[in-house]
Amino acid sequence: MTGSESTSPLDRTTPRFDSVQAVRDALRDVDYLADDGIAGVAFLADRLGKPVLVEGPAGTGKTQLAKSIAEITGARLIRLQCYEGLDESKALYEWNYKKQLLRIQADKDSDSWNEIHDDIFSDEFLLTRPLLEAISADDPVVLLIDEVDRVEVETEALLLEILSDYQVSIPELGTIVAKQIPLVFLTSNNTRELSEALKRRCLYLHVDYPSLEREREIVLAKVPGVTANLADQISRIMRSIRQMDLKKAPSVSETLDWARTLMLLNVDVIDEQTAKDTLHVLLKYQSDIAKAAKELSVEK
Amino acid sequence: MLELLNGFVVELRNAGLPVSLTENLDAMEAVQHIPLEDREAFKYALGATLIKNNAHWRAFETVFEVYFSLRGSEYRIVDGDESSMDEMWREMQEQMRQGEGKGGAGGSMDDLSPEEIAHLLMQALLNGDQAMTRAMARQAVQRFAGMEPGRPVGGTYYLYRTLRNLDLDAMLEKLMEASRQQVGGEMTTLEERLEREEFEHRIEEFKGEIEAEIRRRLVADRGAEAMAKTLRKPLPEDVEFMHASRDEMLALRKSLYPLTRKLAARLARKRRHGRKGPLDFRNTVRHSLSYGGVPAEPKFKYPRPAKPELMVVADISGSVAAFARFTLMLVYAIQNQFSKVRSFVFIDGIDEVTAYFKTTEDITEAIHRINTEADVVWVDGHSDYGHAFEVFWERYGKDVGPKTTVLFLGDARNNYHASQAWVVKEVAAKARHVYWLNPEPRSYWDTGDSIVSDYGVHTDGVYECRNLRQLESFVEKLA
Repeated sequence: MTGSESTSPLDRTTPRFDSVQAVRDALRDVDYLADDGIAGVAFLADRLGKPVLVEGPAGTGKTQLAKSIAEITGARLIRLQCYEGLDESKALYEWNYKKQLLRIQADKDSDSWNEIHDDIFSDEFLLTRPLLEAISADDPVVLLIDEVDRVEVETEALLLEILSDYQVSIPELGTIVAKQIPLVFLTSNNTRELSEALKRRCLYLHVDYPSLEREREIVLAKVPGVTANLADQISRIMRSIRQMDLKKAPSVSETLDWARTLMLLNVDVIDEQTAKDTLHVLLKYQSDIAKAAKELSVEK
Repeated sequence: MLELLNGFVVELRNAGLPVSLTENLDAMEAVQHIPLEDREAFKYALGATLIKNNAHWRAFETVFEVYFSLRGSEYRIVDGDESSMDEMWREMQEQMRQGEGKGGAGGSMDDLSPEEIAHLLMQALLNGDQAMTRAMARQAVQRFAGMEPGRPVGGTYYLYRTLRNLDLDAMLEKLMEASRQQVGGEMTTLEERLEREEFEHRIEEFKGEIEAEIRRRLVADRGAEAMAKTLRKPLPEDVEFMHASRDEMLALRKSLYPLTRKLAARLARKRRHGRKGPLDFRNTVRHSLSYGGVPAEPKFKYPRPAKPELMVVADISGSVAAFARFTLMLVYAIQNQFSKVRSFVFIDGIDEVTAYFKTTEDITEAIHRINTEADVVWVDGHSDYGHAFEVFWERYGKDVGPKTTVLFLGDARNNYHASQAWVVKEVAAKARHVYWLNPEPRSYWDTGDSIVSDYGVHTDGVYECRNLRQLESFVEKLA
C-alpha cells in the first residue's frame, strides 16, 4: 500500500513458514497446541508482515503464544510490558543525558559548538528501549507488547508508526527503518476498547477457552505422567465448570495447576469429594467455589 | 474472487459490522496466501483481517456460511464429498438391517420407519461419530423439513419441523439410559452430570449440523444475498431489552460482565485524570529537596470528587423486567464507583431490595431473590407508578439528600392510574440529579397509557435505553 514497494522491509524478509499446517506442527513440537485460528493467524502475520492483536480472557496462553513463536523461529523475544503511565522514554528511546553532559564538559575548550551539537545527538548517546531495539535488531526478533490495554488511549499513538511502517522517527536523528520485519504480538485483556487506529493496523485473534479435545491434549502435553483417562475427566469437568455462571471462569493455566495438584495427590479418578476439595485451585472467589461445589454434587 | 469478497464485505457492513477500506484490502491480500480448499483457514484469514471485536464473530460466521456455502463449485467445500456421504448412509442402513436379522439389502432410506431413524441417530450420538451425525442431519432435513423451492418461509420454520420430528429431548434421556447400561452399574452424580453434558453437547452439535444443512439448501434455492438478509441478526449491544429472545438474553448476560469491567476501568481513570487542584505546598517543598531546595517542580492537590450516592427505583413488572434487571446488574457491578447504592423495586407496591445485594456477592442470585421475595404487589400486580411513588416518598423520601442521584427505571405505562407526578417533583427538589430511563423507543412515549412526560418534566432528563449500548453510555455519564 505504501508507494515505495521495492524498499519496503517486507521484501527483505523471507517467509518463515510454508503453510498453516507447518506452523501448527512446529508449535506442537514446543508443546503449544494451536487450533486452526491461532495457527492461521500466525501464518498470515508472517506472510502479510502485520502485527497480531491477541485478545481473550486471562490465562488462555496469549503471552505463551508469542514465546512459543519466538522459540520455533529461533528468534529473540523482546518484551514490552505495558502499564498506565508508560511513555516514549520507556517504550521507544531516550537520550542519555548524563553521557551527553559528560561529553560537553570533556570538550569544554576544544570543539566548536556545531561539532558538539551534532555529536551528542548520535547513536552513541541513544538509549534504545524495547520498541526501538526490536526495530534496529540485526538478528531475528519477536516483539511482544504485553497487555496493551493498560496504557492510555493517547499513549497508544506511540505504537502506530512502528506497527504500520516498522519505523521509528527520532527528530534529532531521522527515521530508523527496520532491517527486517519482526513478528509483533500485542496482547490485551480487553479491559477497555482499543482505538480503531490500532485495531486497523493489526490482524485480530481472539483466544478463548479451549475446546474439550484441545484442553485434553494440552493437559496431556504439559503435565508429565498424567493418564489419558484422567486428562479426559479433567477436561470434561472443566467444560462443566465453565458453563456455570461464575465471576471468573478458570483458565487453562488453572487447569494445568489443578492437573498437577491431582498428580501430587496421586488421584487416578476424580470423584466428587476430590473435586470439591481441590476446587480452590481452580476458582479464586469464595462465592464461585461455593456455587461450583453445589452444582457438582447435584442431588437428584 | 474480487467481486465475491466485495459482496461479502458489503453484507458484513449491512449486518452492522464496521469494516474499513484498509481492512478490506488486507483481506484481499490475505486470501492470496491461503489455499481456497482449506475452508477453515480461509474463514480465519478473513476473520482476522475483517473482524476486530470478538462480539462480532457470530455475525461474521453466519454471513460467511451463507456466502461461501455454495458459491461456485470451487468454493464449495462440503466436508467429505457427496458420494462418500451417501455411501456411508447406505452402509449404516446395511448394518442396521443385519443387526435386526432382516438381511436383504437394497431399498432407499424412505423405507426406514421413524423409529429406525431414531435408533440410527441414537447410535451416532452415543458413539460420538461426527461423520455419521452429519449424514444423519442431512437425511433428517431431507425427510422431515419438507422444504419446497420458492416457499417464502424462514429457516427457523424448517428447523422447527425437523426437530419436532426427531424429538431430541427424549433422545437425551434415552442416551443417558443407554450409557447407564453400558457402564453396567450406578454412576456417581458427578459422572452422570459429565455424561449428560457430553450428550447435550453432541445434540447441540447435531442441531448445528441440521441448521447448516437447511441453510445450504435455502441458499441454493434463493441465492446468498436474499438469505443473508433474512439471517441478519442485531449485534449483542444492539439487542433491545424488551424484545430479546432467550438466547439473546444469555448473550447479553455474557457481554455484561466484560462491559462492567471496562466501564469501571474507564470511570476510575476519568476520576483520576484531568483534575488539577490548588498548589500542594507541603508536597512541593518536600520535592524541592531533590533540586537543592529550589521548588522546581510544583505539586498540586488532586481533589477527590465525592462519589455520587445512587438510588435506583425500578419498575419490575413483566414488560420491563428484563431492562430493570440489566440496569440493576450493571449498577451493582460498578457499585464501587458510587459511595452508596440503594435500590427499590415496584409494580404497584414498592419494596427496598438493597439488602439482597449486600448479603450475597452473586448478583444473579440477588436478582433471583428480588423476583421471588420482594413485596411489590399491592392490589392486582399491574403497574401503578402513582401509588408506588407515593409510598416511596412516604417511607424513603427523607433519605433523599443533596448528594443523591435518583434513577427511575420504567416505561411509565401507568394503566391509567393517577400519576402522582408531584413525588418526582419533590424528589427532584431535594436530590442532586433525577434521571428517568425508558426502555421503549422514543416514538412510543406518551402513546396509550404511557405518561413519561408527566414525570419527565420534573427530572434532569429522560433517556431512551433500549439496548446495552445506550445503557452503557448513560451509566458512563452518570458516575
